[in-house]
Amino acid sequence: MIIRSPFLRTVRLGISSLLLHKLRAFLTTLGVLFGVASVIAMLAVGEGASESAQDQIRQLGSQNVILRSVKPPEDQQSNQEVRVLSYGLTDGDRRRIENTYPGVRSVIPVMQVPEEVRRGTRVCRPRVLCTRSGYRDATGRVLYEGRFLTELDESLEEPACVLSYEVARHLFPFASPVGESIRIGAEYLTVVGVVLPRGPIGAVAIDSTTEVGGDIFLPLAAGRRMFGTTQVKMRSGSRDITEVELHEIIVDVRNAADVPMVADACRAMLARDHSEKDWEVIVPLELLLRAEETKRIFNIVLGSIAGISLLVGGIGIMNVMLATVTERTREIGIRRALGAKRKDIVIQFLVETTVLSGCGGVAGVVVGLIIPAIVEATADMPTIVTPQAPALAFGISVGIGVIFGLYPAWRAANMDPVEALRHE
Amino acid sequence: MTHEVQTEIAAELLDVRRVYHMGSSQVAALDGISHRFMRGEYWSIMGSSGSGKSTLLNILGCIDRPTKGEYMVGGNPISSLDDNQLSELRGARLGFVFQSYNLIPQLDVLENILVPVMYRDEWPTWALDRAKELAERVGLGGRTGHRPPELSGGQQQRVAIARALINDPDLILADEATGNLDSKTAEEILEVFDELHAEGKTILLVTHENAVGQRAGRTLKLKDGRIEDVVENHS
Repeated sequence: MIIRSPFLRTVRLGISSLLLHKLRAFLTTLGVLFGVASVIAMLAVGEGASESAQDQIRQLGSQNVILRSVKPPEDQQSNQEVRVLSYGLTDGDRRRIENTYPGVRSVIPVMQVPEEVRRGTRVCRPRVLCTRSGYRDATGRVLYEGRFLTELDESLEEPACVLSYEVARHLFPFASPVGESIRIGAEYLTVVGVVLPRGPIGAVAIDSTTEVGGDIFLPLAAGRRMFGTTQVKMRSGSRDITEVELHEIIVDVRNAADVPMVADACRAMLARDHSEKDWEVIVPLELLLRAEETKRIFNIVLGSIAGISLLVGGIGIMNVMLATVTERTREIGIRRALGAKRKDIVIQFLVETTVLSGCGGVAGVVVGLIIPAIVEATADMPTIVTPQAPALAFGISVGIGVIFGLYPAWRAANMDPVEALRHE
Repeated sequence: MTHEVQTEIAAELLDVRRVYHMGSSQVAALDGISHRFMRGEYWSIMGSSGSGKSTLLNILGCIDRPTKGEYMVGGNPISSLDDNQLSELRGARLGFVFQSYNLIPQLDVLENILVPVMYRDEWPTWALDRAKELAERVGLGGRTGHRPPELSGGQQQRVAIARALINDPDLILADEATGNLDSKTAEEILEVFDELHAEGKTILLVTHENAVGQRAGRTLKLKDGRIEDVVENHS
């Protein structure tokens, strides 16, 4: 078959020359393949990991400053029969923040109750959060059905509650829970609404396991009245009484730019008012920035590892091409004698390396797209293949083919035709 | 650029010297050769080994340049040409036939014949037809799809001759073209040269065999890098 286009003819010639040594060409291609595939796969895994980390942070609310109660380190003289431990955030803290900072939209108190939740024979242990109606706005939870808590619920101390989707499905597998009643500890509450879970709706346990995760929300005032702020834990020979007024205070800042300022102010205030370090301040925005920085470093590290494997592939190409050039010295001499210019010889060998690295690149992109899918399916790790990654990896592989092919091609072109023809 | 000059001189050597540097010593492989090859002539170049015939052929074939002196082919002084122009000249004006055929193994017969055309700036419309015609002419019309390793030595040399003819060169240079062939096949190849000569082609045949050398109309005898004798062969 004779092809008239000089370029296509050279490409075809390059391919047929490569096919003279199929195993060699295959192994060289393999080097590039793994380089390209590892670039894509590593970027996908890195991107996926950082994206899920950022997602978790974003769910905390990027405009929020979250204050949490932290159990201070325990005293060692724990021989007393009754130990009373009182720590953490207080209503006083909440009020001070509310009254002090003008840039704050709302301050949401959260108290957590360690009670089991039952409906008939079904039991689960979600987080039971006593809070206010503003919680949903501050955290961006999405309503699935019914309604969220309202100010009316708070003022009436009405025993109403809102379930998250996981809890609702567990307790009410076949019907809507709205209007039904459930039991928390020893108290009965009426379900008024369901909110969607934070993550994607996964498989919901309908069996009898109590580990379903999820949340239940009830008005803070009702929670205080029903469960109090003290928790008693019985142990052999001793009783631990823990008193925590608020487990969490979510400060919803109106303007994202004010978040660092509010966070610092909260830190200063808590440091002044609390004798112990029984609190922590979490700033999702700071975490997000830090996660982005981590992601950047992560990408650089993964990228350089993958880049090195591409480099190794490139060196493989160069090695093989140098061998090929030496082997085909005579052919080069013949071609030069028959009218080939230096340029023609350079192009001929560059086309061969580009075909090698191009094939490796295409196969590498395919493998590089399969690996993240396998990782996601088997290791349960999220991966994200950005459209740039395969393009970048393929581009680099072809670039490496050209760069590492240049020297062998240049050597071929600059051979003395007389010497080349004499070569055995 | 090469340009057509209507002249009866196909190639001309003007006091050509070629000196090789071997460490500190210098070896003059060609030591002042002047000669004219006219169009349509059939020359053999003979000499013992070391007489300079290979060096002379390299210069005649424009794959080497004289250290001193000038070589003109088709009216072009090659000292005025750069590497690219020299390549173009080789492709367009010269046809090579080597001792060891020198076909390109990954190309089939037709593609091998077309190699000198591939390096032209443009693909001429006549190329494919001419290649087929030449394959037919050297008796390989039925084997154009075969690759060199599938052919006998004689057949490979025929392909090489067809390849040398594809661009209708001014000068056909054959370097021990029958050296690797048995006498019967060699005779067949020499007959092809005879035919080409009869058609008016200019042929320079380098050989060390007297029987082969005498097939040419004239013989240039070299010794120690100089022309020893010019012989008219009457056959």
